[in-house]
Amino acid sequence: MEKQSNENISQTACLRAIAAGRKPSFQDIILTLSDYWARQGCVILQPYDTEVGAGTLHPATTLRALGERPWKAAYVQPSRRPKDGRYGENPNRLGHYYQYQVILKPNPINLQELYLNSLYEIGIDPKLHDIRFVEDDWENPTVGAWGLGWEVWCDGMEVSQFTYFQQVGGFDCKPVSGELTYGLERLTMYVQGVENVYDIDFNGQGVTYGDVFHENEVEQSTFNFEYSNVEILERWFKDAETQCNILLDAKLPLPAFDWALKASHLFNLMDARGVVSPTERQSFIARVRDLAKGSAAAWIDKLEEQKQEALK
Amino acid sequence: MAEFLLEIFSEEIPARMQKRAMEDLAKMVSDALAKNGIVVENPKSWVAPRRIGLCIENLPNQTPEVREEKKGPKLGSPQPAIDGFIRASGISSIDEARIENDPKKGDFYVVDIVKPGSKTTEILANALPQIIQSFPWPKSMRWGVGNLRWVRPIHSIIALFDGALVDFEIEGVKSGNKTEGHRFHGNGVFEVSNYADYQNKVANANVMIDREDRKAEIMRQIGDICAANNLELIEDIGLLEEVCGLVDKPVVILGQMDESFLDLPPEVIRLTLRINQKYFVLNSKTTGKLAPNFIVVSNVAAIDGGKAIAHGNARVLAARLNDARYFWDLDRKTTLESRVEKLDKIVFHQKIGSLGDKVKRIVELAGELAPIVGADVELAKRAALLAKADLVTEMVGEFPELQGVMGRYYANNDGETQDVANAIMEHYKPVGPSDYVPTNPVSIAAALADKFDTLVSFFAIGEKPTGSGDPYALRRAALGIIRIILDNNLRLPLGIRVNGELQSFFLDRLKVYLRDEGYAHDVIDAVFANQDDDLVRIVNRIKALFEFLKTSDGENLLAGFKRATNILKAEEKKGDLGQILVVNPQHLKENAEKALFSALQQNDAILTEKLQKEDFACAMKTLAQCRAPIYDFLDNVLVNDNDQNIRLNRLALLQNLRQQMRQVADFEQIRG
Repeated sequence: MEKQSNENISQTACLRAIAAGRKPSFQDIILTLSDYWARQGCVILQPYDTEVGAGTLHPATTLRALGERPWKAAYVQPSRRPKDGRYGENPNRLGHYYQYQVILKPNPINLQELYLNSLYEIGIDPKLHDIRFVEDDWENPTVGAWGLGWEVWCDGMEVSQFTYFQQVGGFDCKPVSGELTYGLERLTMYVQGVENVYDIDFNGQGVTYGDVFHENEVEQSTFNFEYSNVEILERWFKDAETQCNILLDAKLPLPAFDWALKASHLFNLMDARGVVSPTERQSFIARVRDLAKGSAAAWIDKLEEQKQEALK
Repeated sequence: MAEFLLEIFSEEIPARMQKRAMEDLAKMVSDALAKNGIVVENPKSWVAPRRIGLCIENLPNQTPEVREEKKGPKLGSPQPAIDGFIRASGISSIDEARIENDPKKGDFYVVDIVKPGSKTTEILANALPQIIQSFPWPKSMRWGVGNLRWVRPIHSIIALFDGALVDFEIEGVKSGNKTEGHRFHGNGVFEVSNYADYQNKVANANVMIDREDRKAEIMRQIGDICAANNLELIEDIGLLEEVCGLVDKPVVILGQMDESFLDLPPEVIRLTLRINQKYFVLNSKTTGKLAPNFIVVSNVAAIDGGKAIAHGNARVLAARLNDARYFWDLDRKTTLESRVEKLDKIVFHQKIGSLGDKVKRIVELAGELAPIVGADVELAKRAALLAKADLVTEMVGEFPELQGVMGRYYANNDGETQDVANAIMEHYKPVGPSDYVPTNPVSIAAALADKFDTLVSFFAIGEKPTGSGDPYALRRAALGIIRIILDNNLRLPLGIRVNGELQSFFLDRLKVYLRDEGYAHDVIDAVFANQDDDLVRIVNRIKALFEFLKTSDGENLLAGFKRATNILKAEEKKGDLGQILVVNPQHLKENAEKALFSALQQNDAILTEKLQKEDFACAMKTLAQCRAPIYDFLDNVLVNDNDQNIRLNRLALLQNLRQQMRQVADFEQIRG
């Protein structure tokens, strides 16, 4: 890892905030993480512009984890989980929240150290806090992906997920990518010492998380649980599936994957209405998996083609 | 004599895998050495979150050379045979072979082959890569660009034999003499020269490598804290085993929670602490109830004495308990009864149907069983109806371990009767061999109905346990039924509910159960030969037989019976006896045979009565009345009389004896 002078570190947003006598804000943490991972050579991306249930599903992670080409990226990804919406009434649960996502391929051997350094820069002092790597294997059946790793605990609070990808789309990851997911709201609540997500200091200048997102949680929950029209969703799901398959036939894995993500989100919306029976549920998940796996397979074919092309 | 030191340093090894890994490592290295003729005594192995290691002392530097005599063909054998022997024994000409003489074989060639010994360090260098590559982790992974698999990425390996490097490399990881200490309280990378040096330096770098030491240290610190705060630890061996795998050097910290949380059911608090947070739970010595405290085992000796850690953990716990309170409050707004219909949407098993279907079946079954077990029919049906309803509550969704327990709380809240509320919890019982068996008739009816239904349903779709697999815990369900029936002395012949293959399955489980209880298998087999399906009667018979055989009456009767049946079997083998013979009193000549006949006749009526009453001890005493007449008969009467009528009559007498004893048990199965 590159050596950094103290001067450089003191320039991170979090440490500036601490120096100014206040706790790091939500956006200080985002800025600090981006700054930190940029210094580790990551491409700093912006959120993907379609609804996803987890930051992993950004093609910069799911697809880029496949193939041989090295890749380093970091980004914030809003995640939508319609079922988890609580009308803005639950202090810990949200239907829309942020994850900070880092992927390093191949994983450097000092990835744990790099990760811990990112926590130090946020202002978590390892001499004061109990940071632990607790076994937690990760699996996402809808994209045929799994990996081994840990939940990272800070004083008993899960602040990140740390995973070594073994398979994506049913294909072996070679080389292996290291993936880090920071739960931004939780991490901030921890750092700021607040008990309710809506009390998070967003910008350090008087705007709270509630100011920005509370109304959104209320309205989106109302939509998710009361006004979303299952017939329409089902129709759109079928259309997304059809569109994805057309794109797979045309060997266009990137747009195909977009439509797989759309199908996945539409299914999540239907699921939130509680009208999907367990059997149907399995069948919907299998259909999304086919689309995602198909996209992964097409992407691998594409990479192989490009490799052959380059050899000519 | 030399020492071998090995340490594999990696990223954090899952706690649940550590102990086994330490044992596997010791076994695999010992086996590899044993294969090369080196006997290993007492390998020491250890495990901590980031390392497994071992040390073997008193190893030879070298294995001794092995001399082997290779025998070849006879002198004057055809040339191809001699050429073959030359090749096989590695000599260049047959002149190098000795000639030996054997009185039978004559002169033949012999070559003395000397295999030089190997250096132990080379044996290790060859064996270790393979041991590492084939290590039986429950789950392993690749990392970076390599193909090596380990539980988590390996960072370094120490391999020193007699202080010198055991040189090997796997997938870019080279053996060496360096390691690290505690992740946060270590001093970076350091070198070690031998085991003593290693122990010293690792300890200085704040790692306790011995998990037993860590466990003892955790318990010592907890003891101190409890003593100082008038608290009592609720012991939790499983949790201790786990947390000792999460710390290099334990620092035990006492945390505090808001007392208002103590309104929640204690099971909920304990599970939240234990499962979600890995905290130890405490009782207040003053109240004898849960204390508003918890114990966290930290890996860091914080500069503020652990205040921030205690505070942080308390906040996380508060959030968890607030969640639990939210579920508790929300769940109590809906009755269990109104949740039952939701079970229709939950698949119990694809081929069997929904949980709702299961509930409908067990309601009916519990109603049928109720009169047999002495339960009120309506209460039994009510308990069965509500038994699964807590599965669709928020709390059980969060803590599946609380199924049944929450059902009882919610049933009380709904105003159900105490019998029904308890039966909702107890219908899962007994959960394992150490769990208790319900005794309340309503609980019994619900527990039996649920378990019978599970067994019948899975057997009907062909999902039976196999030698290795029992994914639906059917053995446990059958054993549960057996224990409920036996402990409650229930007269419930299996044939009422199960037949054929499933009944045999039950009887097999009963046999296993009885063997575990200490009954010899020949005694068990002797009673099972009667093909009874009433478990209580079977077990009473076995108990009586077991006791009877311990008495001198029993022992002698058995010996006499064996002698008698041996004669009978020898004669039956000849094949001229036909079917069953009848004793003709006219043909009884000797006093001894008359006496035996009359003893058998006298016994007959008494035996029938005792068996009717299921007084097996008395029945066996009755049999023992024959003891003297049998010996008298065997000692003084020649069965194979020349007169065929007399011979057949005496054999019939022995058949009568066997027949009579078989009513009690098949004594032929018992080893004398």
